[in-house]
This record gives sequence, C-alpha cells and structure tokens, in this order.
Amino acid sequence: MASQKAKKQVSSLPHMTQAAQEEKRRQLAYKELVQKKKPRPRYLRNVLVAFVVGGAIAVLGQLVLRFFMSRGLDLDAASAPTLAVMILVGVIATGLGIYDELGELAGAGAAVPITGFANTIVAAAMDYKREGWVLGMGAKMFLIAGPVIVYGTLAGVVVAFIKFMTSP
Amino acid sequence: MTYLFAFLVGGAICAIGQLILDFTNLTPGHMLVLLTVAGAIAAGFDLYKPLLEFAGAGALTPVSGFGASIARGALAEAKRMGILGLFTGVFEYTGMGIAVAVFFGALVALIANPKA
Repeated sequence: MASQKAKKQVSSLPHMTQAAQEEKRRQLAYKELVQKKKPRPRYLRNVLVAFVVGGAIAVLGQLVLRFFMSRGLDLDAASAPTLAVMILVGVIATGLGIYDELGELAGAGAAVPITGFANTIVAAAMDYKREGWVLGMGAKMFLIAGPVIVYGTLAGVVVAFIKFMTSP
Repeated sequence: MTYLFAFLVGGAICAIGQLILDFTNLTPGHMLVLLTVAGAIAAGFDLYKPLLEFAGAGALTPVSGFGASIARGALAEAKRMGILGLFTGVFEYTGMGIAVAVFFGALVALIANPKA
C-alpha cells in the first residue's frame, strides 16, 4: 500500500533510468515509513493542559489585580504592579526549580503567561553565569525575553503613533 | 465572575500559543513575539481594553497583554504630553515588571544554580 503510492509518484518521472527510478522509489517508501513511525505531538492533550495551566495562572493574576484594585487603584494603575508581582512569582518559582517542571508539563500554558517571560530571564541568567557575570549573565539574560521587548516596543510605538495621529 | 472569565480568556490565549507551537514550525521565541505584537495591534484597534475590563488578568497576564500594555502606555503618555510621550510611555505599565525581573532575576542567579 505504502509502496504503491511511491510507485505512482515515481512513474510520473519517465526520464529516469530504471535504477534511478528504483532508488527514488525506495527513498519515497522510506520517507513514508518515517512519517508513519514519527511520534506525533499529542495535540488534544497539549492544548487542554496549556488551557488549564494558563487559565490557572490568569486566576492567580486576577487575585493580585483584585488586591491592588481594592487598594483604590483603577484598572490601568493596577496593571503595572500586577505584572510586577506576577513576574516576581515567576522569578521565585524558577529559582526553586518549579517553573521548569511546569514548562515541561504545560508547554505554552507556562510560556505564554508573564510568569513564563520572567522564567526565561532567570533561567538564562542562571545558565550563562558560568560564562561570566558581565558577558555571560549580564549580556544573555534577555536572550529569549529580549525579542519580546524589542518587537513589543516596535509594534507598540507604531500602533500608538497611528492612534495618536488619527484620534481627534 | 471575573475569575471565571480570567480563567477562560487566559487559558484560551495559552491554547492559541500551544496550537501555534504544535501546528507550525515556529519556535517558542517566535510564538511569544507573535502574540506580543498581536496584543499591541489589538490594543490599536481598541480591542484590548474591553477584553481587559471583561477578563481582567486573563487579558493582562498573557504575553499578548504585555504587548497591549506597551501600546496603551505609549498612547496614554502621548495624549498627556504630546509626541514624546510615545517613548516615555512605552514602559509606563511594563517597566516595573522588567525592573523586577532584572533585579530579582540577577539575585536568584547569584544564589541558585540551574538543575543538571
């Protein structure tokens, strides 16, 4: 069955010699075998775990947000300290080694929340300190978080500029 | 009730991130950048503030909320003090978090080691 499909594909190449066709057929059959044996990501399990873990971190964030809003801050003013507290949570969880395990379990569920942003910074800082405090830790802390800040700033300034110019 | 919406929206954004990882060849770094930029653009279309009011931290804490916070901060400051505010406002909401990450991140790296 698998080789039949390969045969069909190869027979559309009449310019090849018999031996070359045979070789090509073998390659295609092998490719199909690899495709079949390769472990597929468990899509449904991955997406469900990401949803639940990401949701749970958001609920924790909501507790923090509520706390700051109960102190009289409005939604905008409470954003900054809420982000900061969640980042601190991510830093501590990474230091204790908890966050890496969570990352293995939950994938994007751990990476997408802002605690994951903190995790990439601390993990890089710990990893690269062996290359020196200045050129190791100092330079490479933002190895993964850096692009987020760079492109967030680029997009943010452009978006805000357009809004600023177009709004009355 | 906001807690439920926070769970659903925060979870959904993470689920989108997971789908991007599983169904494209993008690395986690690319996926995070994509969500951040998407959040900033959504803020430009006035989509993020309503989501924030509806779902609170469910919209704020994912990295897309980080991008949206950069755009919202830049716009708020630009409205307050003119065009220069675009740049002073970028880290209005996010700067505190970045400072915390740098300071305590370095502190943790001083005392803790990565697992083997």
